[in-house]
Amino acid sequence: MGRKAEYSEKPKKGPGRKARKQGAPVFRKQSFAPMEEEEKKLSHRQKQRSVKREQKKVVQKAKLQEKRAKGKQPQQVKRKTAYNSDSEPENEDEEVVQQKEASSDEEVPQLVPAPKGQKSKAPKGFTDDNDAWLKPKKLKKQVKQPEPESDGDKDDEDLEEDSEAELEDDSDGEDGLEAEESGEEEEDDEEEDDSDNDTAQIGKLADLSDDEEANSDDDFDVSGDEDGTDAASDSDEDEDDDDDDDKLPIERANKKLKKREAKEAQLADDEMLETVDRQDVFQLPNEAEEAEKDLTLQEVQQRIKDVSLVLSDFKKYRQADRSRGEYIDLLRKDLCLYYSYNEFLMEKLMDMLPLTELMEYLEASEIARPLTIRTNTLKTRRRDLAGALINRGVNLDPLGKWTKVGLVVFNSQVPLGATPEYLAGHYMIQGASSLLPVMALAPQENERILDMCSAPGGKGSHIASIMKNTGVLFANDSNRDRIKAIVANFHRLGIVNAVVSCEDGTKFRNIMTGFDRVLLDAPCTGTGVVSKDPSVKTTKSDVDVQRCYNLQRKLLLTAIDCTDAKSSSGGYIVYSTCSVLPEENEWVIDYALKKRNVKLVPTGLDFGVEGFTKFRQHRFHPSLNLTKRYYPHTHNMDGFYVAKLKKFSNTIPITKEQQEEDEKQLDEAIEAETTPEAAKEVEEEESKDKGPRKLLGKRAGKPSFTEIEQELKKKKREESKTKYVAKVFEQPVKAPKKPKPEQPLEKKEKKSQTPVEKTNGTESPSKPAAKKTKVNGNVPAPKADAKSFKKKNQANANDRDSTTKPVDKKSTANGGDSPAKPKAKDPKTKPQGKVQQPPKSKASKLDKAPRIDVDDIPILEGKPIKKQNKLKQKSKQIGHLKKSKTGPNVGKKQKFKK
Amino acid sequence: MKRLSDERAKILFEHLSKYIGTNVKQLIDRPDGTYCFREHRDRVYYVSERILKLSECFGYKQLVCVGTCFGKFSKTNKLKFHITALYYLAPYAQYKVWVKPSFEQQFLYGNHIPKTGLGRITENAGQYQGVVVYSMNDLPLGFGVLARSTTDCKTADPMTTVCFHQSDIGEYIRAEDTLF
Repeated sequence: MGRKAEYSEKPKKGPGRKARKQGAPVFRKQSFAPMEEEEKKLSHRQKQRSVKREQKKVVQKAKLQEKRAKGKQPQQVKRKTAYNSDSEPENEDEEVVQQKEASSDEEVPQLVPAPKGQKSKAPKGFTDDNDAWLKPKKLKKQVKQPEPESDGDKDDEDLEEDSEAELEDDSDGEDGLEAEESGEEEEDDEEEDDSDNDTAQIGKLADLSDDEEANSDDDFDVSGDEDGTDAASDSDEDEDDDDDDDKLPIERANKKLKKREAKEAQLADDEMLETVDRQDVFQLPNEAEEAEKDLTLQEVQQRIKDVSLVLSDFKKYRQADRSRGEYIDLLRKDLCLYYSYNEFLMEKLMDMLPLTELMEYLEASEIARPLTIRTNTLKTRRRDLAGALINRGVNLDPLGKWTKVGLVVFNSQVPLGATPEYLAGHYMIQGASSLLPVMALAPQENERILDMCSAPGGKGSHIASIMKNTGVLFANDSNRDRIKAIVANFHRLGIVNAVVSCEDGTKFRNIMTGFDRVLLDAPCTGTGVVSKDPSVKTTKSDVDVQRCYNLQRKLLLTAIDCTDAKSSSGGYIVYSTCSVLPEENEWVIDYALKKRNVKLVPTGLDFGVEGFTKFRQHRFHPSLNLTKRYYPHTHNMDGFYVAKLKKFSNTIPITKEQQEEDEKQLDEAIEAETTPEAAKEVEEEESKDKGPRKLLGKRAGKPSFTEIEQELKKKKREESKTKYVAKVFEQPVKAPKKPKPEQPLEKKEKKSQTPVEKTNGTESPSKPAAKKTKVNGNVPAPKADAKSFKKKNQANANDRDSTTKPVDKKSTANGGDSPAKPKAKDPKTKPQGKVQQPPKSKASKLDKAPRIDVDDIPILEGKPIKKQNKLKQKSKQIGHLKKSKTGPNVGKKQKFKK
Repeated sequence: MKRLSDERAKILFEHLSKYIGTNVKQLIDRPDGTYCFREHRDRVYYVSERILKLSECFGYKQLVCVGTCFGKFSKTNKLKFHITALYYLAPYAQYKVWVKPSFEQQFLYGNHIPKTGLGRITENAGQYQGVVVYSMNDLPLGFGVLARSTTDCKTADPMTTVCFHQSDIGEYIRAEDTLF
């Protein structure tokens, strides 16, 4: 019974907890340098020898200095004694003689090179013992042999070379080594003696130089290699030397040294200039060669730096023939490549942030934000929670002075989402930025508060905990899958005053109004949370942004409508997004300011960047500076936007009709944008028109309207310089009638259109027409506005396209002109609406459907038709199409229906 | 949201009294307004009447949750308490069981409590008594049913189960999809 004992040792499965782990490798900086620079380790003997050499050097230097001091005297003496070739003066000591004898064995082999020098010297007549140190001068023609009297550095060089020679010799064998060493020692002794006795000896100088000559065997080759370039200049020097014969050798040496230094300095300067030049003139690559080249990431990075340098002082660094636009284009492309953004988003960011900040922003977006948690004040206090978590091995700190519930977690040994404290609802894992809108909302006890887009319940539970479970919290989200998260979180955190519902946020005003406060954390493109979800970088396009801000506007209007302006304590709406794009933030608020009786109030957050009051060509309401923006690079939290509105009147400033119209337009805009097909069409058309500006790479398959937009904007700017704020949802402009030759083609196309198109409802034709009547007839003034301001509308793009077609004579720049009314003949008008209409659920199907000609699709038109049998729709649609082709009056009739 | 049928109300209160005994009264008669039990898609919710009224604006399908969910009736009219009921069960519980810190985690993964995991137990609890399970630092972890009476526990074998697991707060993560 029981287990069998197992005595054999089990193999270790892994490093134990206490096992020492090998740290990350640390590289010295050196190790990345080329290998030659590394020094060899010296053996013991070599070290000893080098020490000795060092001593020798010292001794020799001392000697030389002495000689220098004395040098002048003996020279003069020599000159006087002129050409007294037999070296030793009589007044030599005995020691000198001895020394000579001792060194004689060395001198013997040196005799061979000596004659050369002497020969060359002969004409100049230095036959006395001075020839010893004059000779190297002569040699300089071939070899730059430093004089013994030249300054210390040169001597050192020589000495070193000596030692090198010795080193080589040493390697021959140990026996030899020792012998030599002893020889050296002898030398040392001699030299020491020399230094002692120098005073009286003139002949000693000769000896010394002889020694040097002996050593100079190797100097010849080495210096020959080194100073080959100097040959020419040396000849000059020699001339100088000839002139300066009467100068002291030390002076000459000095002169030469100066010359050399000057030359080196010159070289260095040249090099500097070269490099600087290269930096300054950053060459914009040609587009043609650009396409072919494969760039490494480093190269791209370097180029980003270069271009941003150029842009930082454009006047100074630019190439004369290149425009700023070209530089910016290149920079954008490089940034897209380097940080893997798509061009659309990068362009938006570049528009928004100055260059230096942009780089910081991009860098910061690559790094994950710190993990933060929010204490649930319903169940615990921050200090208690921190204590409990620290006991579990979590390293944390208070988040900041601005919040009393936030904690930032540096590291943790346990998963923070599964500690008993988490399960018991003591805290919620929540980004720091998520605390901001709730703080701005500043809920009070016993209020009725609505959280419109609540999932997963982080902000909602924060509100409830501030209210201390009093009053009522309505948490709504339109996504049924995410609703469960709200319910679970609310129960876990012990929130009992909540009603969780799954309504469409935009229809909330039909269900309940009269809230004291409303929090709208609107769905957005998420451009502020790139570090959390990097897919945002590549997936978002213009259409996504449009879809988002249309939805946001609608939600915000609903939120305002739901609020009770007469509430004693409230009447506030807080709007927040985790996006940084002005389209989704300031623009939406600006829209709401126009459409409803609301005003901006300070958010109550004491940090953050002020919202834009103007962005490019847009001029927003000046009070938009009361809103707050948060960036990852400045606040180390997700990119975020918070605006707080106060509703001051329950009346709606615009008429019911207008309101309905707005509604419709928003609806349609949203619907239209859900059909990627149309977008693609426009893009295709676009790329056809402008060959060179074709989209490349990643963006190839994605819809984009940037070019169109830009063009549009330019035009609008020209048209109305006084009016700045774009009205996005104004009525779309119909495409003008096409000239006849085009028609048959289009008809064909239409026939080839897929059933998907046809599925769209029958009522559609009536709607666009009705709208038109309104715009054209009833409210002429706004219509004009509409024309001038419609921006980013696909309808516009559409209109634009038609205008750009050369064939299209009738088309006018402002498609909204009355002649531009579509004639029913024009087949486009009919299918248009239908194409756009399909409810969202069908979007996927649409993707598969074959493409439709752009001109056929006025994008904003038509109304989604739900609950209709597909087949029915089809049949009806077919009927319609026929009608529309035949009867020009159909459109008109429809117009008058409403 | 509809009123509980008499039959279901009876089942509910029987079930409740198993855990909190006579304290059921306190759930009904509260000083801070009237609270009531309501049934919504077989689930029992406990909510203030004030909030209940407001929730009536929402459609049957759109309304997901009001107040606190106590449990769910099965098709055969058997009531099973969800862990979400713990918020009200814990403060009123008459019989409690504390688990040792070493066993805390195991209980949160859904295991029954053996005698070795038992840290403390209320006196005089009979067999099959509903109890609320606490950690040693009084954090409510879930609830269950005693497998043995308190007296039996003292003499029991170390490995025998003392308390059957019914629900624990780990379910917030484990069973988020099925709970609501």
